[in-house]
Amino acid sequence: MEDSDMTDAPAAPLGNEEEEQVTDLPTPQDATAGASTKLEDMFGDDSDDDDDEFSSSAPARPAASSQPDPQSAPAPSKPRYAEPDTLRQFYSRLFPFRPLFQWLNHSPTPQPDFQNREFAFVLPGGAYIRYQSFASADLFRKQCIQMTPERFEIGPQYSINPRDRKTLRKASAFRPVMKELVFDIDMTDYDPIRTCCSGAAICPKCWQFITMAIKVVDAALREDFGFQHILWVYSGRRGAHAWISDKRAREMDDTKRRALANYLVLVSGNEQGKKTGIKRPLHPHIDRSLKILNPYFQTDVLADQDPWHSAERAEKLLALLPDKTLTTALQKKWDSSPNRSSNQKWSDIDTVAEAGNLSATFTAKQLVEAKQDIRLEYTYPRLDAEVSKKLNHLLKSPFVVHPGTGRVCVPIDTRSLEDFDPFSVPTVTQLLQEIDAWDAEHVGMTEEDRAKVQDWQRTSLKPYVEYFRGYVAGLLKAESAAGKRGREEEGVAGSESMEF
Amino acid sequence: MLAATAAPRIDAKKRAVLDPRKRQFAKAQYAECEYSHRMNFYTTPPTGDVSLEEFEEWGIARLKVLAELEACQFRNKSPAETEEYMKPVLDKYMRLSSTGARSGEAGQLERKRDHYSHWTLRLAFSSTADLRQRFARLEAQLFKLRLQHDNATERKEFIASLPMSWEVVGEEEKRLWLDDLKAATGCRRDDDESWFKVEWEKVPELVERRQCLLKRGKAYVHVREQLSMVVNEFSRTLESGLELAARHLPRLDEDNRLGPILHHLSQSFVAPDAGYSESSSIGDITVPTAASIDGLSQHFPLCMQNLHRELRKNSHLKHFGRLQYTLFLKGIGLSLQECIVFWRKSFKLIADDKFKSEYLYNIRHSYGDVGGDANRRGRGYTPYSCQKLLTEAPPSAGQTHGCPYRTYSPDNLVGLLQSVGVSDRALLQGVREDVGKQRFHIACNRVFEHAHRGSLKKVKDENMWPASELDTILHPNTYFKRSFLLKNLGNVRSGDLGVVGGDGVGTQESAAGAGEL
Ligand SMILES: [Zn+2]
Repeated sequence: MEDSDMTDAPAAPLGNEEEEQVTDLPTPQDATAGASTKLEDMFGDDSDDDDDEFSSSAPARPAASSQPDPQSAPAPSKPRYAEPDTLRQFYSRLFPFRPLFQWLNHSPTPQPDFQNREFAFVLPGGAYIRYQSFASADLFRKQCIQMTPERFEIGPQYSINPRDRKTLRKASAFRPVMKELVFDIDMTDYDPIRTCCSGAAICPKCWQFITMAIKVVDAALREDFGFQHILWVYSGRRGAHAWISDKRAREMDDTKRRALANYLVLVSGNEQGKKTGIKRPLHPHIDRSLKILNPYFQTDVLADQDPWHSAERAEKLLALLPDKTLTTALQKKWDSSPNRSSNQKWSDIDTVAEAGNLSATFTAKQLVEAKQDIRLEYTYPRLDAEVSKKLNHLLKSPFVVHPGTGRVCVPIDTRSLEDFDPFSVPTVTQLLQEIDAWDAEHVGMTEEDRAKVQDWQRTSLKPYVEYFRGYVAGLLKAESAAGKRGREEEGVAGSESMEF
Repeated sequence: MLAATAAPRIDAKKRAVLDPRKRQFAKAQYAECEYSHRMNFYTTPPTGDVSLEEFEEWGIARLKVLAELEACQFRNKSPAETEEYMKPVLDKYMRLSSTGARSGEAGQLERKRDHYSHWTLRLAFSSTADLRQRFARLEAQLFKLRLQHDNATERKEFIASLPMSWEVVGEEEKRLWLDDLKAATGCRRDDDESWFKVEWEKVPELVERRQCLLKRGKAYVHVREQLSMVVNEFSRTLESGLELAARHLPRLDEDNRLGPILHHLSQSFVAPDAGYSESSSIGDITVPTAASIDGLSQHFPLCMQNLHRELRKNSHLKHFGRLQYTLFLKGIGLSLQECIVFWRKSFKLIADDKFKSEYLYNIRHSYGDVGGDANRRGRGYTPYSCQKLLTEAPPSAGQTHGCPYRTYSPDNLVGLLQSVGVSDRALLQGVREDVGKQRFHIACNRVFEHAHRGSLKKVKDENMWPASELDTILHPNTYFKRSFLLKNLGNVRSGDLGVVGGDGVGTQESAAGAGEL
């Protein structure tokens, strides 16, 4: 990002002990109210968190019939999980700083990968501070405990330490050089096709869309691009993020990021039933995705979402079928027997077509293709692709607390993806209670034995942290093997040039 | 060719060596290289000796080619039109023959020129991001243009020689993935069934449009994409090479023999320099006199027409305007005697004494009639080129010299054009766009082409002039000569044109040109 794009709003004193950051602080109003649109344009990477920062409660598991009101008024005071005290406890006792550091650093000892990396903090007052950087995991931890950010975001590694950017004479010398490739899948993009919830709300039914999206994107990243180090993270409310740490992914420039993102994005057909831009024969990636998605279409879309149940909703289906003869016949059928389910309506298409209700110019093959397009429309991942296209984009860190729900943004183990339940993800308040409960249960233990069990191990955060540690260990192992190879190759080249 | 610039003359006996040891390129061959292909990827800098004069001349020739290519783009020429337009330009300035057509030393020299001039300009244009971008874009276009015209066998050999990490997809793998390969690359029944494998990062544009098959980070690309892949790779290599050169540029200043040349070349990118040549005079067709200038002035480019009108309006011109105009008149073939008569009559409010003491000397000096040995030997100053007019300090209040496309505000410029009879709305809009993008010489060429569109078509259709006589105008005297010849097409051919006296030609002209202006 150019220097001119930085949030160098007039400094607002936050507290005298924080002089170092003062130059970067927008005024609290800037960050929360007046300039919020603009700020969001610049840094709003996770609309998931920006819409209703202070809404009072985590979404309860809604009954299938009732819809929670996403517009519920903000609570007069902060919920407990967003209080600085709670956050301080969270950062000092539970947050896995060590593995997070290693994950971003790609080595056990501090590298520019971590040291020149930008962190952006959202403070309890709403202030947004960019260009924070840390020499070590410990210094990072200390600042989190001291400032108790509601959340923080991770940006790229820069050519120099982001804190020193203003000492440069040429602004162009300050440029992003490396960052994980990231993806953001947010349930709001599914509002046109989900019937169970809308807005910020989710339920187990619509969470299936996220499951499907993860499967399709993960398969493409591994099989097509050959990436191996992919971390999926629950965004804390109604979506998921992916972080790809393969060296080759981290080093991609914007052109490549854009190319990759657009490879995955499928331009969906519009409401007028215009043909989607999907080429035939299907590209192998689309073909594979369709194979992954087909079973979900039957159960999760047709049965659970029942997207065309009402006559009004069924019009959307008709609009996606490009043959007038067929749609007229279907309309007639559904007018005479209303209340046919989406499953029935879907099979009606074939029955009615086979009964001869197709225009002369519309072939059976075209009908198959139209139905493929509809299945893709209702199942294919809806990515917020802009997030993936820029090297300098910031994205909320794993393991921070979602300010709207209090839930921790835990990693998702894709080996048991179907078992992931966003509603069983612990909240920060719950975790702190779990520590107390553990302590109460183990009063008989010696002080020495108790010290062997760290705080996070006393809570339900344990499996998530363990998964993350295992994942990071795998990444570091691959990194050091590649490093060794690289050094050997360099060595060979070096001796050659010596000779010369 | 450099007379108009401040660049010091360079002693041709000194040798310029593009010394790679000073730069970042490790594996250089300290010898003349053998060019086995017509095309060059320019991955290694030249290392052989070349005289400073060649260094400069070759750079200027390449610059001319790039400028013409850019002009095609500015004028929205289609690829086919560009190709047609560029062919004679390339033949004239940078002929590059196929191995079959010209082998041996002559062919090798062409390739050496191509190689060296590329690297000369690479150094000259690496200084700013803007120049780098422009240079890289034009070089890629030139590369593509030539590659398309390479003989098929030689192209294949050249591509095979490139340091690109592509691999032909073998029969076995092809059989295994045939359906996927065809589906992904849109390969039709009659298409060649051959594919290449590259790292996907090499073909982001194909990945973005899902026009290749991806497997574990490898992109399987259909052979038809090869040409654009090569061009893209060329662009990428060149862009990073320019970045690298930019970082190493300061060191180059140490070599003070190259510095001025490189500076001059990079300046020439504003509008490439065009040398004045004697042939810009119309002296072999007709002899201009003091009395015929009024009539001839309708063929003048706007810069000179403007000076002429100012002179007629005020019976006076300030120093720089006088200098610019005198040199131009000298260039069209007006003799010193006639020129003195012209100014004497024009400055009608000024007494003879004053004229003699204040103005006469300068006119004679411009013609090399007085002054030091060098001035006399060089027959005075050279008429100014567009580049000179476009890069000199802009005129201050009350001065009218320079190029009006640059010095006038767009509104005033349009007013000026209308006052000399240019009124076509689309044309004026085009001029506004050109000057808005600082393409002053393109605006001037646009006006020229519009004024002469009828005769230009005739010349082209009937192949009357060599195509190189129709390239972009970069000198006011070229503008005049071409304008004059086009308006007198029939007469020049049949040899009807005698001595032009009074407004003889003018009358004839206004009759012929009334419909166009
Ligand atoms: Zn739902």
